[in-house]
Amino acid sequence: MAAGSSPVEYITHHLANLRVGEGVMAVHLDTLIVSWVIATMLIVVSYYVGRRLSLAQPRGLQNVLESVLEFVDQQIRSIFPGRSHLIGPLALTVFLWVFFMNAMDLIPVDLLPWILSLFGVENFKGVPTADPNTTLGLALTVFLLVQFYNVKVKGLEYLLDFLRYPFGIWLAPVNVVMMLIEEISKPLSLGLRLFGNMFAGELVFLLIALLPWWIQWLPGGGWAVFHILVITLQAFIFMMLTIMYLAMAHESHDADV
Amino acid sequence: MNLTLLGQMGTFAVLIFFIWRFLWGPLTRLLEERARRVQDGLAAAERGHHELELMQAKAIETMKKARAEASELLAQAEHQALLVIEDAKRQARAEGQRLIIAAREEINGDMNRAHEQLRAAVASLSVAGAAKILEREIDPTAHTNLINSIAARL
Repeated sequence: MAAGSSPVEYITHHLANLRVGEGVMAVHLDTLIVSWVIATMLIVVSYYVGRRLSLAQPRGLQNVLESVLEFVDQQIRSIFPGRSHLIGPLALTVFLWVFFMNAMDLIPVDLLPWILSLFGVENFKGVPTADPNTTLGLALTVFLLVQFYNVKVKGLEYLLDFLRYPFGIWLAPVNVVMMLIEEISKPLSLGLRLFGNMFAGELVFLLIALLPWWIQWLPGGGWAVFHILVITLQAFIFMMLTIMYLAMAHESHDADV
Repeated sequence: MNLTLLGQMGTFAVLIFFIWRFLWGPLTRLLEERARRVQDGLAAAERGHHELELMQAKAIETMKKARAEASELLAQAEHQALLVIEDAKRQARAEGQRLIIAAREEINGDMNRAHEQLRAAVASLSVAGAAKILEREIDPTAHTNLINSIAARL
């Protein structure tokens, strides 16, 4: 806690992004840079592990990534109808990327801002998933894919469904509103769930940081251990819902209940 | 919400592409290859097991046959040996018989020769004895027939 500032100032300071530009045209540099660093890290690790795959004697990271991939693949097989080339890499990317972006939460809240403040950076928010731009961006991408596959798999039927469900063709205007709400609520809830969890987690860490230094280890340690569960669980939920929404997009209506 | 959202969507797309190319693709191929090898290995093991069973059955069969052949050979050999012994016995008996006959003949011949000698001796002795008793000369030629008849009765 910076000396001389009130708790409210401290918290608002920490929840402000490193921003360039104004309004809708603004860019959160901290969110972008951290997520890019993580993405680059994932690409580099993937490249090196993918280059040195060993069939007979897998070791180290290959084992870890094999387990993760098999776990993801298992989830896909249990939900997703048929085979798709996109769903596997998509789900794996969601899981790994979101997991590591969430994991930024475990870095002490004051560490990165303090280091960067030495270089004159005023605000720095180190958890990209505590920024709705990231979570809604992911959710929106998934939403676009869902719409794309809905149209691709069901064609005109999909658009007609907006008129016919859930109340039948005679209540078509009501149906359209209901279906639109349902479709739009999917990416919204997907993105906001992750954002809410990460933002709240960050906020609790900030509140703990306001406590006297000699007691911080107790709630801080406890919350960090609990948060390991939260970041994993949220990454998993985001991945599962992504698979689920895409699976629903690939199912024809006859297979629906 | 601002441009960061579009930035993150772009990053997302790029990351999916690289994860696909570098990680998901090679790793799934590897896992499939491994699964295939394990499958092959299991099939080969199954085949090997089957072959082993066949071979074992064959080996038992061969052993049985060999044992039967051996016992047959043994029986034949025993039979052969019995025949050889029987033959040898027969030959020995025949040889013995032959030796006995030969010996008998020799004895007979000896006996005859002894008889002859005895006969001759008796003839001359009886002539000498008669001459001594009669104390007179007897013409041996005149009485040869008589003496010979006496000797022949011996």
